[in-house]
Amino acid sequence: MKPTELVGASPGPTFTITFDGRQLDALPGQSIAAVLWSAGVLTWRTTRGGRQPRGAFCGIGQCYDCLATVNGRPNRRACLVTARPGDTVTTQEGSGHAGFEK
Amino acid sequence: MPGSRSDARRLGDRAAEGYETPPSEHDPYAHDPYAHDPHAHDPYEHDPCEHTPYEHDPYDLAVIGAGPAGLAGAVTAAELGLSVALLDSAPQPGGQFYRHPAPATHATRPEALHHDWPVFTDLRDRLRTGDVTCLFDHHVWTVTREAENDWTIHALTADPGPGPGEEQRSTRVRARAVLLATGSYERQLPFPGWTLPGVVGAGGAQAMLKSGLVLPGRRVIVAGSGPLLLAVAGSLVTAGAEVPELLEASSYFGYARHPRALATQPHKLTEGAHHAKALLRHRVRPRTRHAVTEAHGKDRVEAVTVSRLDHEWRPIPGTERRIDCDALAVGHGLIPQIDLATGLGCATRRTPDGTHALALSPLQETSLRGLWSAGETSGVGGAQHALGEGELAALAVASRLTGRRPAPRSRLRSLRRRRDRMNAFADAMAVTHAPGEGWTRWLSDDTDVCRCEEVPADRIREAITEYGARDARSVKLLTRAGMGWCQGRVCGWAVSCLSSPPCATAPPEAPPSTAPDRRPLATPVPLGVLANLTTPERQPPTTPHPPDLPPHHPTEGQPS
Repeated sequence: MKPTELVGASPGPTFTITFDGRQLDALPGQSIAAVLWSAGVLTWRTTRGGRQPRGAFCGIGQCYDCLATVNGRPNRRACLVTARPGDTVTTQEGSGHAGFEK
Repeated sequence: MPGSRSDARRLGDRAAEGYETPPSEHDPYAHDPYAHDPHAHDPYEHDPCEHTPYEHDPYDLAVIGAGPAGLAGAVTAAELGLSVALLDSAPQPGGQFYRHPAPATHATRPEALHHDWPVFTDLRDRLRTGDVTCLFDHHVWTVTREAENDWTIHALTADPGPGPGEEQRSTRVRARAVLLATGSYERQLPFPGWTLPGVVGAGGAQAMLKSGLVLPGRRVIVAGSGPLLLAVAGSLVTAGAEVPELLEASSYFGYARHPRALATQPHKLTEGAHHAKALLRHRVRPRTRHAVTEAHGKDRVEAVTVSRLDHEWRPIPGTERRIDCDALAVGHGLIPQIDLATGLGCATRRTPDGTHALALSPLQETSLRGLWSAGETSGVGGAQHALGEGELAALAVASRLTGRRPAPRSRLRSLRRRRDRMNAFADAMAVTHAPGEGWTRWLSDDTDVCRCEEVPADRIREAITEYGARDARSVKLLTRAGMGWCQGRVCGWAVSCLSSPPCATAPPEAPPSTAPDRRPLATPVPLGVLANLTTPERQPPTTPHPPDLPPHHPTEGQPS
């Protein structure tokens, strides 16, 4: 059984957000991290030092591992930001401020 | 505030954005005109702070955190006639324990992942009927004390909005007393591969499932220590995941040494039975004295190594097994989230598993007069514990503010008795699941201990052996471990273990070997907001960011 079926969530009306150019379906009220997980995406950031892939870890806004660039703003905690129709999420490289990096 | 004209307008606006569907007859929220909109709970129209900061009369009580303790505290205080503001960073009440899908998902069975749902719906209903100003989506970053009965809560709203110019707003709430009910977060012990995507906190997997209705993978191993793992594994299998292994690093025999603490907790046994039922149905059997000692994969976790542990949590050579999986949910208990209180200098105590909790009076007051606390902040004891403490604290606050004896006194006495019993159980639980010292043997030299700053174990050991660091603070200054975005919330415990062992199993009466973390800011704050604090008290309702400052860039490397 899927989690949405378990809690009897209505499937519609879903909307889409864009992740690195891909259209992903979102349920109203889901966080951006949840939308990405439900599409099987676990990685949406690379670290500043080792350029290692990261995604959601603590799920409650404590660890800051899930930082993403949302609608052009870097360093948004994807597990806390509620997805809205038309949101554009892009993989965040390093600090997300490419112009300021060494 | 509920059902007002402004709520109707907001619902209309959001329908235009494609958020709303007509309420179905099976919709449990259908009776509630504002429940469909996750933001409609937040009565900005009536928020006196938005337009006129500091011009509103102080609330009698500000409650920070809308989990079990905060909800119980807020509704009890309101029903005793106090004016109450309830702040929480989430868009809806519940905290982590009663976390549930947003109303907009139209979940008809939100109780499916909970075993105590009616307790929550009762509190939520009382919250709506009582006179509580709910300030959800508010991130409290500090609390200041102007005078004995004059507190200010500083918060940022969560969502800057998609467009330019739609920045976070800063808000200040004044109150005569404060109840801290900020709960806890998960304790993590690093191991090779733990930074791979697909390795998630056990509580993190639970949180994402409860509210986001998503799973990190299909085949999820659950590992770590503490009773939360049973709940997490139970939720995951109920929601359709396969849990091939459920690994507990301790053994449950620890509880047997505290028969009295167990016997007085029938609710814990019911809760345990609830999880056991789900696990049995899916043939998941907890394996004690086992741990994941390495995660494997390139871009995400593909398999883990599981080892048997001795009683000190040292992996026993030759017992390693490799198990395929596409996710790992891991956690080693909970750490009280007390930074708002330690920032004010409140006294703490060491819990039997080595964490720091607030030291409280028998009536839940911190060492600072007027600042109360309830729930996991005073020691991790579960939701029932938190509910009782929240109610007890509210009775005490009402008594203090009104100068009358708390009524009924029999209720006060029974709450205190129950709290003391539950404290005994919480201590037994902490001792049973306290990390053994041998966990540090899981670390390889290149295992990142600090995830934010990517500080590997050998750099931390070098700081200790080569540069003479003797405590977590020195290690932090030498290596930057704990100086990144999360401010040491994830790595702090591990770093202090490596710096000054033995880290856990300290008896509660022992002096703390390390000071609790002190963070002057509990959440990142734009510099513009801090700069505006020096301006006269009456400031414009929004505090725009300077154009050259990224609005949501967390403050890094701040001293703490």
